[in-house]
This record gives sequence, C-alpha cells and structure tokens, in this order.
Amino acid sequence: MKITRKHFLQLSGLGLLAVVGKKAVRAITGAAETAAPVASRGKTTHRLGMVIDLAKCRQEKGCDACAKACNAAHNIPQFADRAHEVKWIWNQPFETVFPLVQTDYTRQAYAGSPIPLLCNHCANPPCVRVCPTQATWKREDDGIVMMDWHRCIGCRYCMAACPYGSRSFNWQDPRPAIASLNPDFPTRTKGVVEKCNFCEERLARGQRPACVEACKDKALVFGDLADPNSEPRQLLRARFALQREPELGTSPSVYYLV
Amino acid sequence: MFMFEKAIVGSRRYWVWILCLGAIILAGFLCYLRQLAHGLAITGLSRDVTWGLYIAQFTFFVGVAASAVMVVLPYYLHDYKQFGRITILGEFLAVGAVTMCMLFIFVDMGQPSRVLNVMRYPTPWSLMFWDMVSLGGYLVLNALISLVMLSSERKGVSPPHWIKPIIILSIPWAVSIHTVTAFLYSGLPGRTFWMTAVLAPRFLASAFAAGPALLILLCLILRKVAGFDAGREAIHQLGIIVTYAMVVNVFLVAMEFFTAFYSRIPEHLEHFRYVFLGLDGNYHLAPWMWLSAVLALAALALLLVPGWRNSPRLLPVACVFVFVSLWLDKGLGLIVGGFTPSPLGAVTTYTPTLPEATIVLGVWAIGALMITVFYKIALSVREAH
Repeated sequence: MKITRKHFLQLSGLGLLAVVGKKAVRAITGAAETAAPVASRGKTTHRLGMVIDLAKCRQEKGCDACAKACNAAHNIPQFADRAHEVKWIWNQPFETVFPLVQTDYTRQAYAGSPIPLLCNHCANPPCVRVCPTQATWKREDDGIVMMDWHRCIGCRYCMAACPYGSRSFNWQDPRPAIASLNPDFPTRTKGVVEKCNFCEERLARGQRPACVEACKDKALVFGDLADPNSEPRQLLRARFALQREPELGTSPSVYYLV
Repeated sequence: MFMFEKAIVGSRRYWVWILCLGAIILAGFLCYLRQLAHGLAITGLSRDVTWGLYIAQFTFFVGVAASAVMVVLPYYLHDYKQFGRITILGEFLAVGAVTMCMLFIFVDMGQPSRVLNVMRYPTPWSLMFWDMVSLGGYLVLNALISLVMLSSERKGVSPPHWIKPIIILSIPWAVSIHTVTAFLYSGLPGRTFWMTAVLAPRFLASAFAAGPALLILLCLILRKVAGFDAGREAIHQLGIIVTYAMVVNVFLVAMEFFTAFYSRIPEHLEHFRYVFLGLDGNYHLAPWMWLSAVLALAALALLLVPGWRNSPRLLPVACVFVFVSLWLDKGLGLIVGGFTPSPLGAVTTYTPTLPEATIVLGVWAIGALMITVFYKIALSVREAH
C-alpha cells in the first residue's frame, strides 16, 4: 500500500489525537484510578471489629482512659449540658446496656459497673440504610461505618435508626468546647452528625485505634473478625461473648467478653 | 401573577388578618435566623430526643395534605356533585399543607444549605428520599390541578380532558405520601413504639379524620367571613367521613393498646407507659395525651349520634375536638414517645423552647396565609360568575 503525504498526515494526526485523548481521559478519571487499588482490595473482604474483655476492663475503678484518648484524638467537644453531649466512646452501667441479660435472682457480676460503649460498626447498619445522602456508608473492604461530615445535611434520621444510641449531633458549634485541638484531625461544624470511626485515620497510618492503645489493662482487642486466626477471633473462640441487641439483625462488630 | 390580582383587593378585616399572619411569619423568621446562627441548640431537642415539634408537625400536616383525597375521590370517581363547590378548597388546602410540611423538614435540618444533597445523591433505599419524591410530586399535582380547574372556571369553560388522568393519579398519590411518612418511622429497628404494621393505616385514618374536620371548619369560617356556602349536604357528608375515619383511628389505637398492655413485653409497654402514665417521674406528656384521649372519645360521641352530628352548633365542636385530639396524638405524643425511653433506657424530658415554638407558629402562619390567599382567589373567581 502506497502512503501518500495526505494519508501520512491523517495517520499522524490520529495518532496525536489518541495520545492526547488518553492523557485527557487519565487526567479526568485520575481520582478513580488512584482509588482503584482500594476498590480491588474489596475482593479480600476484611471485617474490622473489637472485643472488649469485661474481666480486664475497669480493674481500676472510674477509669475512662479509652474515652479520654478518643476525645483528644478526635477533637470531641465537651459540653456540660447532657442534652448536647457529643461522645464516640463512653461508659454506661452494664444493666442499661444489657437489660435482658439480668435475672431477678442471679446477681450479675457486672451489675452497676460501667462498661465502654461505641459504634458497633454493624455488618447491617440501619443508619446507612436510612441516610438520604449516603453521608454515612459501610466501607466495603473493612466494614467500617464511615461518615462524610461535608455531605451530612443534619436530618438526624441515622440517630433515630441507630438502636444503640451511638450517634451524636452537633447542636451548636463544637469548636469552642474542644479542650485541646489535635491539628491532625478535622473539627466538625454545627448541624452535622458524628460517631466513632474505629480510628480509620490511625489505621491508615498503621496505628491501632486510640482507645485500644490507651487501655492499660489491654481490655480492648481490635482486629479482623474475618480472619479466623486474628486475636479477636481467638478470644471469641475461647470465651462467651455478648453483642448488643443481636436480635435486631444488625450484626454488631463489637463483642463483650463476660 | 396568575389571578393574583384578586388577592390584593379585600376588606379591612381581610387586611388585618393578613397583617397578623405577616407579623407571626416575621417573628418566626427572626427566630429561624437565630437558629441558623446558633444551631439547633436553641430548641428543646437533645441527644436522646432528636426529633420534636418540627418533625411532628411535618407528620401531622402530611395527613392534612393527604386528606384532600376525601373530597377529590367522591367528586371525580363517584361523580358526587355535592362536593363540586369544595373540591378546589380541598386541593388548595393540600397545597398549603404540603408547603408547610416541606418547611417543617427544612427548619429541622442541621445544615439547611446542603439540603439539595438529597437530590445530588439520590438514595432509593432511604425512605427520606421517597418522602421528598412523594411530597414534591403531590405539591406539583395539586398546584397544577387547582390552577387548571380554577382558570377554566374563570373562563367559564369545562376543564381540559388531559387534567382528568392527573386528578385520578393524585388519588393514590395522596395515599402514598402518608404511607411513606409512616414508613419513615415504622421501619427502624430498636424503635418499638413505631414498629407496628398499623402505623401507616393509623396515619391514614387519623389524616382522613383531621383533614376533613379542618375543611368543615374552614367552610364554616368562609360562610361567616366571605358569605361562601359550601352546601348543607356537602358539610353533612364531610361529617360522615370524619366520623368513619375517627372510628377507624380510635379502633387502631385501641389495637396498639391491647398488643402492648396484654403482651406486657417491656420494650413495647414502656413507651405507652411513658406517654400515658409517665416513667421515672417524668409525667410532662401524660396530661396532654389524656386530653387527646378524652377529646377523641367526646368527639366520637358527638359524631356518632346523628342528631348531634347534624346539629350546626355541635358539628364544629366535634371537628375542633377531632383536630386537637389528633394534633396532640400525632403532633406531640407519637414522635416524642418513640424516642423516650431511649435505647439505653434514659428518660429525657423534651420541652419545646420559645424560639422553637415561634418558628412552628411562623410556619403555621405561612400555611394560613397561603390558604387565605388561595381561598380568596377561588371565591373571587366564583363570585365573578
């Protein structure tokens, strides 16, 4: 086939277009491409969870080291008014958390003793189902229930849907009520919902969650529930554990060893 | 604007009323500006009771909006001519009520500037998304229908044929708005007070009682202030609709009571006990709920005896009883009762604050203003003939 000058110019023009086009497509979809490795990790699904050993927790009375560490790490405001509280992990008496575990005649070993509560990072999270803007979602590759504070419209439907009371709303500007600012973590604005994020920002840096690290008694054990050899799974094999209201079908990822 | 010139001529009394509404709207707006600046902390809401008066008003007025179907359906499907004069009033009432619903949702948002995110990230598995779709659709349908009907009435021609299927569509749509609103609540695990299959039927029954009761009262007011006669027969039929709907509503509430109190399952019982008897020393809701129950029973007595129902003096009393009773039940007890006790057993008192109540009054005044203006236009068009 004889290549004319016209033909040559046409071909080289097309070649140039293809190169530019490819670059343009790559530039536009750049974000998607960088996100791709994360998405492909989804095939090997992990399920991050926590096991709280109540036998170890609270060896020291009135300990709230986990909550303190969390508050400091996540710029959580401290309001005196209980109505406007923001809390990610906090202590609550055993009998209010597991009211149905008690009987009239057996005295509960843990009755009256505060136990730590946090977001359960449910496998079937009702909060995710109801959110009208997908501002809260379950991360596919590790099961963390995430929140986008820039998308949340503050309708508080997720708070009505959460059967565990794990979500807080910023009834007012939280910034003046933050004791000491952690510059590595965003503060929130008024009018958005927030909750425990399993320290996904620390996990990304290869650290353990702040509460887990802060517990001197090593009562909080964090790991991959999908891995049969993980530390939480070994504990769950050996001991009897409770989940909060498992009958609701939410499948919580936080377990309490009793 | 479209026939709007009819709304800007009126008697002294009309203008005084408009100015009063304007003043209330202004007060509500100023309080809303305060809420915008300080956040929802200015309300009585809390971490445990996260929805209150705003969302309760939304729920109640979705019912009022849906009740337009109670005049539209007999008139268009059964050709019940007596409702010919009031159908447009029902449709305008729906437009005003849906607008109020949207405003109540809007003032409840923590981040109102982001409210369009619901459309930017449509989420079909969220009932809130469907509520927006159904309410928006219902507003468009009723606004279109009432405008088309009114303009053909003004021109003295029969309405265009294409409006008929739209009117027919508005009938199931009315049912859908209140069903979806009930689904907002009845599908939440852990909120046992709302988790009942009769919630949607109960919502519809109470809506079809409260809405037509309001319509009767509006017709009677219009007779006094504007010389508009809805017709004895139409009022009489509306009274029968209110009676049936109220009977069904009270029956469904009784079903709820039986299930909770006979089964004695604590998590079902607790909410009813909180609402009617008080829990942990918190009785603040109980008197209101008893008032609601007494008014409901008194209204039933007035409505069920034909002589009383047909009495021009007693029917309005019954209608006021129905409306107030259902407002207390749905606009107060249902929402707050669902949140108390909280999932962790906490009983938190919710008392609306003054700015919160003023914002609610402001939205009410906006609804009343819309309905006043719409009715003024509708009646002026009619008088011209």
